[in-house]
Formats: sequence, C-alpha cells, structure tokens
Amino acid sequence: MSVISDYIGVSAVQNVKNAIEAAKRSEGFNALLSLSEERALERAAKVDAGEISGRLAGVPFVAKDNFLTLGGTTTAASDFLRGFASPLQATAVERLEAEGAICIGKSNLDAFAHGGSTENSAFGPTKNAVDDTKVAGGSSGGSAVVTALGIVPFAIGTDTGGSIRQPASFNGVVGVKPTYGTVSRYGVVAMASSTDTIGCFATNAADAELVMDIMAGKDANDMTTLPDFFAPEQPATLKIGVIKEAMTDDVDAEVRASVQAYVDGLKAAGHTVEDVSLPMLKYALAIYYIVVPAEISSNLARYDGIRYGNRADATDLTGVYGKSRDAGFMAENKRRIMIGSYVLSSGFFDAYYLQAQKARTLLIGEFDKLFERYDTLVTPVAPTPAFAIGENATDPVKMYLADVMTVPASLAGLPAISVPANPTAAGLPVGVQLIGPRRSDARLLALAKSQEVA
Amino acid sequence: MTTTSVTRDDVLHLAQLASLQLTDDEVDALQADIGNILGYVAQLDELDTEGVEPTYQVTDLENVWRDDAVRLSNVGRQELLALAPDSHKNQIKVPKVL
Repeated sequence: MSVISDYIGVSAVQNVKNAIEAAKRSEGFNALLSLSEERALERAAKVDAGEISGRLAGVPFVAKDNFLTLGGTTTAASDFLRGFASPLQATAVERLEAEGAICIGKSNLDAFAHGGSTENSAFGPTKNAVDDTKVAGGSSGGSAVVTALGIVPFAIGTDTGGSIRQPASFNGVVGVKPTYGTVSRYGVVAMASSTDTIGCFATNAADAELVMDIMAGKDANDMTTLPDFFAPEQPATLKIGVIKEAMTDDVDAEVRASVQAYVDGLKAAGHTVEDVSLPMLKYALAIYYIVVPAEISSNLARYDGIRYGNRADATDLTGVYGKSRDAGFMAENKRRIMIGSYVLSSGFFDAYYLQAQKARTLLIGEFDKLFERYDTLVTPVAPTPAFAIGENATDPVKMYLADVMTVPASLAGLPAISVPANPTAAGLPVGVQLIGPRRSDARLLALAKSQEVA
Repeated sequence: MTTTSVTRDDVLHLAQLASLQLTDDEVDALQADIGNILGYVAQLDELDTEGVEPTYQVTDLENVWRDDAVRLSNVGRQELLALAPDSHKNQIKVPKVL
C-alpha cells in the first residue's frame, strides 16, 4: 500500500507512469474499467513544469466510474452508459485536480452503484485485493481494491448505504462516508438523493482527512451542500458507545473479536467506553430497502435512451424506452426500480413509503439521544468478512443483509468511517465503523488516526 | 422469512409504470424477488408510528435560493447534441410518437 507523501516532491510523470504500470499488472482483479493515460500524463507534465501546484500536486488517484470525468468514459458499470464520454467533470474531481491531483482511471462498481459486492457490474466482478476468490465488496469495490493494492494512494467513491465503508472493510483500507451534504454531488450519477454521499478511500486516516478537506464545501451546482465545516482536529478523549445490537451472535465471531480488540484499544488509550442500545438498528435495513428503491425508481427514470446513453432499436417511442431500459439495466437495477415503483404506487404508498419515512424519524431520534451522551458510536462495518464470489448472488435479501450495519448512518445523514481492525485467522480484513453526530467527520478521523499502529 | 404475494399481473403492471420491457424469465424472477423483499420490509408494520412525522431529507438546510439569473454553461450545444444517439439539424431525433 502507498501513502500520499510518497508521491509529493517527486516526478509527477513518473508517479503516473508507475501507477499505470501497476494498474496494468493488476488487471486480473478487474478493479479498473478504464485508464486515462494520455490526459493523466499531460497533467503530470504540467505539474513537473510548475504550471499546476497544490496540496496533491502530482498525486495519482482513481475515481469510481459514476463520477463524470474528462478524457475518458463514464459508464456507471452499465450497458446503458457503455462508451459514454462526458463533456463535463464532477465538482469533487475538479476540486482534487485544482490541488494538483491526477485522475489516472475509473474503477468498477455495481452498475449504478446498486449492490454490495461489485458483482452486479456489466463488466464483470472485481476481485478482493487480499483473496481473489472473495468479493471486493461494493458498490465502490474497484476504488477499495486499487487503494489496497497500492496502485494509487487514494481513490474516491460514493456511499449511499455503505458503498464506501463495506468495501473498505473487505479490503483493509480506511473508508470515509461524510455527513450528508459535505461534498458536492454535481456530476455524479444519482442513486438515492436523500442518502447519496461522496467520500474516499486511503491507506491511513491522515490521507483520508486531507482528501476530505479538499473535497468538502459548498457548491452552487448542488443545493444540498453544506457550508464548509471540515477542519482537521487534534484527537481528544471521548465518550464512546458500542452499539450492543450490532455485536450479537448474528455477527461473525471473528468480526466481533476484532471489533472488541479495537474497542479495548480505545479503552487503553483513555477513552470512556460503554455498551449502548440502538433498538431501531434492526429496522434500519427494512427502512432503507423501501426509501432507497423509491428514490432510485425516480432518479433512474432519466435513462430513456433519448438524450444520451445507448438506445435500443424500436419503431415507436414506448418501445425505445422499454427496450433501452431493459437492455441498459442489470437485474439488480430492475429489481430496485420495480420495488420503488411498487412502494410509491397509489394504494401502497402509506403502508410502505410513508411508514418507512416515519420509522426513519424514530431511528434518527434514537441516534440523537445517544449523541446527547456519547461522542462516537462503534459497530462492525459488516456482519462478516468478504464473502465468496457468487455466494449471495441468487438471493437479493441475503445480499442486502451485508448492509445492515452501514445503512443506519446513511438514513440519518451521519458521518461514519471504516477503519481496519485485526484480520481474521485466514487473513481476511475486518473493519470497525465509527459513527458520529452530523459535522463530526474530522473528530472521527482524528480518533482513527490516534489508534493507528505506526 | 415471510413473503408477500405478488401476482404476475402485478409485475407486468409495475414494469409498465417503470417503462421496462421485460422478458418472460425476468418477469418470473422478479415476481419471486419482489415478494421476498416486500416480505422482509413488512416488519416495519410492528412499529407504532402514530403521530410521528416522516423524514424526507436529512440536511438542516431549508429553502436554498439562488439568483434568478442566466448562467452560461461551460458545455456547448453541439457537445450535448453529440451525446444523443440520434440527431438531426440541431435537434434530438426520436421514433414516431403518435
């Protein structure tokens, strides 16, 4: 694995060449969907000539392929957008480039970011960085794997219900899902607008902190962005609650042991640690799989084969819509669009969608109450380490259960980060999730930094 | 695990609402999957939500305004038209509507 400081003050062109060579050597992982070699080398030459400078001058990175970027394609890992070349670039990418960072390519994901394994990609699954028989996690699986393999020191992704945190956990890197509204989503393929966030992967918390500091802030092109509140903090002594409903027998014993060891480390460092209860945790996944498909069905209505993307042959307009959408979406995309259409349809709206949004209020209320007494909450990131490729592919509900620990923070808009803990006996990475109140992102990263083994 | 009964006609109706022309195999698979997923989320019925306000968004922002002014885009008309699968004389071309 590599850290950002390794890339500063050396030849940017060499950095980019090294990263692209490393990417080509690692093609077997299927973590990258495209490389933008030409544009990356052009930018690197400008950094070396002193024309571009900044806090990430000459540092290569990878963007999940649902960020619009210049100099290549943006596919969202779907057939719908296969070959799509965007005429504009996402604000998050623009901000990193303004500090001299260089995007070398785009990473694989579950198509339209629907999934928790990066198996639902039109370009095939990404393999886990540590064990290539296991899934990468998802949906930002490719970004997690390129970071874990050391191809780049950081990568960016999106997290709607765990899509950064869970693959970070499965591949042994730091993953940050910020407070809702921290980073502009302009130029990012929309999934569920009330929980979509932009974050990053890095090999340590200090690097993640730098990347978030650069990406955070208000953007006139995304009305949901908050005024920039992110400022790196010094670690403080905290009151920490371990959510007991997340540490039951339903969670893999090795994962629990690993989280417990991290918690013991927090105690040893002088933090106050207590067990706390979040009874609504068990309902969070059900809330999520009503609210999010509803928003997906609405957001994905724009893919109609008319203005952009791939159009299927048909003799009338209804046929163009129907056939383009059938051909362009993966099975999981269709499942979510159909569920969303169901829960929003007249006759079922109150029973499903409205009930879920009320239950969401109850969940948020429980978090608020805990944050009156605790600074940070701790859970595992996922109930298991990375599972085998194909293992959960035929049972959507089983696949959704991998999100059970990560969706609560998403529904409440809270910052949550995944930090590596002790691996399993078989060597598979395990992540601990640190959750804080809104706008406490920097405090979570300071805590993670203080617990890292030098 | 409980399942909620969804008929084949329900699936076809949803597909029509969602503008998806599904194959027969897809309809069969979705009928089973949707039933299982609705069965799983039905556990929310246990919760007493009497008098609870729904949460539709989690920012603490309200009414974010911008000036009602024309802003020039850095993306031109030709670049956008070039994205369309089919165009003709500066317009996007589609098959017959009526």
